[in-house]
Amino acid sequence: MSEDDKKSVLLEIKDLKIEGYSDENWIEIVHGIDLTLHRGEVMGLIGESGAGKSTIGLAAMGFTRDGCRISNGTVLFDGMDLTTATRSERRALRGSRIAYVAQSAAASFNPAHKLIDQHTESSLLHKVSSKADSQEDAIELYRRLRLPNPEEIGFRYPHQVSGGQLQRAMTAMAMSCRPDLIIFDEPTTALDVTTQIEVLAAIRDIVDQFNTAALYITHDLAVVAQMADRIKVLLKGDEVEEADTRKMLADPEEDYTKSLWAVRSFKRDQKSEPAAGETPLISVKNVSASYGPVKVLDGVSFDIYRGRTVAVVGESGSGKSTTARCITGLLPPTQGEILYDGKPMPPNYKNRSKDQLRQCQMIYQMADTALNPKKRIGEIIGRPLQFYSGLRGADLKKRVDQLLDQIEMEPSLYYHRLPSELSGGQKQRVGIARSLAADPAFIICDEVTSALDQLVAEGILRLLDRLQKELNLAYMFITHDLATVRSIADVVVVMKEGKVVEMGPKEAMFQPPHHEYTDLLLSSVPEMDPDWLSNLLDQRGLDNIGEAAHQKKT
Amino acid sequence: MGGVLPLIGKRLLLGLVTLLVVSIIIFGAVELLPGDIAQQILGQSATEETVAALREELGLNRPSYVRYFEWLGGAVQGDFGVSLANERSVAEQLGPRFANTLFLAGLAALISVPLAIGLGVLAALYRNSVFDRVANALSLVAISSPEFFLGYILIVFFAVQNQMFPAISNVTPNMEMGERIYRTMLPAITMALVVTAYMMRMTRAAIINLLASPYIEMARLKGVPNGKVITRHALPNALAPIINVVALNLAYLITGVVLVEVVFVYPGVGQLLVDSVTKRDFPVVQACCLIFAATFILFNLIADVGAILSNPRLRHPK
Repeated sequence: MSEDDKKSVLLEIKDLKIEGYSDENWIEIVHGIDLTLHRGEVMGLIGESGAGKSTIGLAAMGFTRDGCRISNGTVLFDGMDLTTATRSERRALRGSRIAYVAQSAAASFNPAHKLIDQHTESSLLHKVSSKADSQEDAIELYRRLRLPNPEEIGFRYPHQVSGGQLQRAMTAMAMSCRPDLIIFDEPTTALDVTTQIEVLAAIRDIVDQFNTAALYITHDLAVVAQMADRIKVLLKGDEVEEADTRKMLADPEEDYTKSLWAVRSFKRDQKSEPAAGETPLISVKNVSASYGPVKVLDGVSFDIYRGRTVAVVGESGSGKSTTARCITGLLPPTQGEILYDGKPMPPNYKNRSKDQLRQCQMIYQMADTALNPKKRIGEIIGRPLQFYSGLRGADLKKRVDQLLDQIEMEPSLYYHRLPSELSGGQKQRVGIARSLAADPAFIICDEVTSALDQLVAEGILRLLDRLQKELNLAYMFITHDLATVRSIADVVVVMKEGKVVEMGPKEAMFQPPHHEYTDLLLSSVPEMDPDWLSNLLDQRGLDNIGEAAHQKKT
Repeated sequence: MGGVLPLIGKRLLLGLVTLLVVSIIIFGAVELLPGDIAQQILGQSATEETVAALREELGLNRPSYVRYFEWLGGAVQGDFGVSLANERSVAEQLGPRFANTLFLAGLAALISVPLAIGLGVLAALYRNSVFDRVANALSLVAISSPEFFLGYILIVFFAVQNQMFPAISNVTPNMEMGERIYRTMLPAITMALVVTAYMMRMTRAAIINLLASPYIEMARLKGVPNGKVITRHALPNALAPIINVVALNLAYLITGVVLVEVVFVYPGVGQLLVDSVTKRDFPVVQACCLIFAATFILFNLIADVGAILSNPRLRHPK
């Protein structure tokens, strides 16, 4: 392909407006976006939830979800306007010339068919190649994407393949007709960091090899920095700015972009080590637990001191949340014990006293489902006050108001609202107030920021930090996000497959040398430097990242 | 298949236990009726002595659990005792009639199952269109009308006004297949109308339920046409609920025939059951109930096994 071809425009979106239907009204959700993408170019679309990234990405295929419509503008793909094209014209493009890679491969592969049958569907449908050729090509693509057993893996069903492998298989599927354009819609958001890096490397590699243009949609700046040639920042359906990746990272113009860039700046210093001889507030002693016959925790021990934060990190399935369930007594351990202030607690929460229950509270990942949608905020926060402290009437109201003040929400405005009338961040604050209402000494925060946008998450972290200082709270912070760990932890516990592989003070944990697994985990967290992925791959080689690294060890 | 066989075995065992419990209930219910068989046979005018003599002869003086096990033991070997009305073996009377009922139900199933699934798929494909609305409205009408009423309406239109089919479905054992189907048509259509409606609505709902799934969106984004999205991507995942409703409706076809058989004077188990109840012929009633119960349990079992087999996670374990 000559340099001119490479520069020719593939996709041109002009003044695109999209409306969504809600409460019997059409409301504009994308307000006139322009976008130009050349052949072989990768553009990153970033923004918080509600920015309209996915909606724009789908519109680039001439597709809108149910309840949405394109109300204005043109989407020119290689000269054809997709907004006026007939259904069959658009259908002929999808899968063959424009392909889509979805956020959750596990949900986007049809559970009833084998991977390879789903892979070959597009090329058969669009009559690009025969079934046999297409299968052969699939195996070749699996090999290039470094999937294990490329000859055999396609003949499995989706549930028989791991999440990271599925995501690569989906990228292979998108490549099946060698499209001119691929829309990547948050392809690594649902993956663990160690798996993410492998998928990122695979995607970048294959997009380069076939000179495919791509729209890469994500909310993760560090990821987009690795993948995109240019970045477009979106906010609530409007464009904020667009620039080449390096320029955008080094020198953003708009305040909003700068604020996004600054998110990861919050960091508090590690607190001093507790005095020798101080009794830990919570002590997990050699705890093992199982779900039915499956052993999920194996001899886990760590201590949590007053006023300190212990961050528990690890991939999904490593036993972080199970440890929390053992501490709260929801899952009685099969071995070992939980000490509170040096004294053992009954393993089952049913046998604990009200005071023991009060001391140990939880904040959940999904504030949406953790708050009763039928109760008003005042009732939600007031319930533990009634239950633990027996407050009634005016005393109760006064205490709820105090708690609302503490989480920086104006009592007169929010006391009578329902959870559905709050934003995600506000709901999480109510979750925090509810746990504080019990007047605990110890709070378990289970992935409390992972469902939130970065700016909002930052606010929650600052609030938790302030409350810790004011109330001398101890936190157990469960997370898979190492940036969060860096900002608020005192002690880091790294878990893998139900065991603690390494633990220590934060400052020591972020300095080499590490346990091999900690090292893998830490080095897999993307950094804002656009050369980070290339440098890392140069340094470690493809076999020392992600699943390949796991497999090599076992 | 390692994971599937124990599951199926467990379901089978549960089915057997259920059948045992049902047999106890059936036997017990007859025991609870006022008066016993000896009194029924001899009638109001019999003297105490003759009744006692007959009781002795029939073994009715023995405790009920002994008689239960005797009856159960016979039933397992296909011997349901002797009819009180005509002293013929119950099994002998029941056999050909049960075959007739199976034939009627089978014909109804052949009409209704493909029709229901086809209509359900079409209704899901053209959801909220005129076709969908009309199909939904008609199916509601069919569900809400009692079978005997539907039966009479069909008789009015197709037997009286048009004389396309006979109003009375009297089939005999050595009738030709074509003739048999012709005579059974009206009751079969009556039954089919009722069950088609249920199965169609369930098929439509099960498919529409899946249309918001990411893999359906993915299929559309791969350029798969609408019809194929439904048949290839939605239908295979909707099979479990569809199999369930189909199996339950097939069971209903066999056990729910009583009214329809009476309306069309069709010589099936339903007719026999109604006749025997009026004659207080307990051994026949017991046998009919046990057969109905067994059919219901069998189809539930088939539904369970079908649902298990339609799940790729169970069919292909990791």
